[in-house]
Amino acid sequence: MSSVPSIHRRRLLAGTAALAAVVALSACGAKTDAADSSDKAAKIDASGDTVKVGLLNSLSGTMAISEVTVRNSLLLAIQEINAKGGVLGKKIKPISEDGASDWPTFAEKATKLIKEDGVAATFGCWTSASRKAVKPVFEKNKSLLFYPVQYEGLEESPYIFYTGATTNQQIIPALDYLKSQGKKKLYLVGSDYVFPRTANKEIKAYAKANGMTILGEDYAPLGSTEFSTIANKVKASKADAVFNTLNGDSNVAFFKEYKSAGLSAATMPVVSVSIAEEEVKSIGTQYLEGQLTAWNYYQTTPGAANTTFVKAYKAKYGADKPTSDPMEAAYTSVYLWKAMVEKAKSFDPEKVKAASDGITFDAPEGLVTVDGASQHIYKTARIGKIGSDGLIEQVWDSGKPIKPDPFLKGYSWASGLS
Amino acid sequence: MTVILGQTFTGISIGAVLLLIALGLSLTFGQMNVINMAHGEFIMAGAYTTYVLQKSISGAGISLLVALPVAFLVSGALGALLEWLLIRRLYLRPLDTLLVTWGVSLMLQQLARDIFGAPNVQTRAPDWLTGNITLIGGDDPLTVANSRLFILGLAVAAVVALSLTLRLTPLGRRIRAVVQSRDLAEVSGISTSRVDRTAFFIGSGLAGVAGVALTLVGPIGPTMGTNVIIDAFLVIVVGGIGQLRGTVIVAFVLGVLQSVLEYSTTVSVAKVLVLVAIVAFLQWRPQGLYTLRTRSLV
Repeated sequence: MSSVPSIHRRRLLAGTAALAAVVALSACGAKTDAADSSDKAAKIDASGDTVKVGLLNSLSGTMAISEVTVRNSLLLAIQEINAKGGVLGKKIKPISEDGASDWPTFAEKATKLIKEDGVAATFGCWTSASRKAVKPVFEKNKSLLFYPVQYEGLEESPYIFYTGATTNQQIIPALDYLKSQGKKKLYLVGSDYVFPRTANKEIKAYAKANGMTILGEDYAPLGSTEFSTIANKVKASKADAVFNTLNGDSNVAFFKEYKSAGLSAATMPVVSVSIAEEEVKSIGTQYLEGQLTAWNYYQTTPGAANTTFVKAYKAKYGADKPTSDPMEAAYTSVYLWKAMVEKAKSFDPEKVKAASDGITFDAPEGLVTVDGASQHIYKTARIGKIGSDGLIEQVWDSGKPIKPDPFLKGYSWASGLS
Repeated sequence: MTVILGQTFTGISIGAVLLLIALGLSLTFGQMNVINMAHGEFIMAGAYTTYVLQKSISGAGISLLVALPVAFLVSGALGALLEWLLIRRLYLRPLDTLLVTWGVSLMLQQLARDIFGAPNVQTRAPDWLTGNITLIGGDDPLTVANSRLFILGLAVAAVVALSLTLRLTPLGRRIRAVVQSRDLAEVSGISTSRVDRTAFFIGSGLAGVAGVALTLVGPIGPTMGTNVIIDAFLVIVVGGIGQLRGTVIVAFVLGVLQSVLEYSTTVSVAKVLVLVAIVAFLQWRPQGLYTLRTRSLV
């Protein structure tokens, strides 16, 4: 109900802006028709000495706690690249849009970025629901999206590059770790939407094949803050560990309730796949100390590239601001796009895609390589433990980057999932 | 057995939260017939008051206790201001109050976004509220979270204070007189406009107290009011408009119903079942659990 007037206003604005764009186009004819002759392909505005890219993140709503940090690191990468001369001699001009934790808004803003702003590529989205909402928009307009967050896999799009982990680079290593620790009975808690439901389907298939038991499975609406009953259920189940796929600040309410119910990392550890350093800070370390996370990067990950990244981020946003996995993946995605564009010598999405296979970047998480076939990247899996200082200490890693396997073709138990 | 007891306690604690958010509304909507859609934003104001006080006062426990009266005053003042600016012009057009206060609620949300930023924020609970009390020990212990007990205590205190005010004080008598017959109260020498504003101050102030309680449960954000306002209206409509007793009973019944259903099904299914139960109940008793009996003909 509340969005009705604003949609009308946006449409009006969009219409006016589109009209203005048409007038401008016919007047100077300066825009490059990037994607060959296809009339459906997006027009990339690389006129003048700048090239525009879109940043599409939730700056408000329940997901803002996470997505604002992603935008921060995207801006950092763009600033760094611009300081060194830009891409193909052009400075990158970021156009930022607020997805407002609302999937239709994401699709609407993606269309605006592609059609009105003429961006060469878009970086952003966090929840799988927002990615699913914009996927057809990018495919229809033949424009590129760089998606920086771990997700549930089982997806491939010719116009999306996935720079976060897919299942076999995060969730399966986390399950392997729990198994190695003797945690056989799991309880699944997640937000009620695409990612947790698909991830839990995979977890259940894994458990069946590996002699683990799933004692219960509960979903709370995204943004929900009432977790007392779920905490009671988890407690009564006497599970060995909880696998947490809650997103956004539902985690605040969940961990408060978890502690209130008398549960702790010592009695029943929680493995989370969607809370990183920034979320740890705002949830409060007194609720999270000792709990586990599964990611590919932590602020504490060793390496010269990470030292530089952490230093640059803190210099730009404040010494108390931590860096996290999705931020690192977002930062890396801008550099990967730059490398692809430079190899292709063009901003044309088709040529950029064709140039993507084998592109490498010395990322803060370590060397990453683009797998051109799946448009995912090779990443190292890391399990971490949350410390009292709010930082996450690595307790296990996979040793080397794992080849992305979004459809879990390498696992016999996963047949039939996709 | 422990499970049933545990869920009942959880239900009572959910009911206490519901009661707190509905209590102020039962005064402004129930007694004064104003559909105040901005009530949720007064709750938000109370929550942000807690947040601001915690930033300026170091001890989490002290800041929480200070926040209770301060949030009452801040939200109450906002309510009285809203009444003075807009609502007093609309007492004879209750449906219009819905639109006007809805507009105000959107403005207040945007204001919060401008002042505190769009991302939600959290407060730190004092140490004495993060633990729990064991009621039944042994193998399968029954524990109750301290923060939930605190909210329950707060709800009971607020109900007692409100009902005593309505029953025993001159102000309460005047409010009840205005509710029963505005014209008669006016000709009897009661300044109805002043009574209206005071009642609005109290109702909105109670929303502020609810906001303080909600900071113990989850995050604080510009849209937190819209998340709770529907529940608050449900409690009052089912309880019987203008009936404090109905509000109290229905808040706890809905809380226990929600928690028991949630335990045996899922969160979403439980929400649907509770709504179905409410619709069925209103078919049977459209006027709600209790009704106001007056001598007026309307």
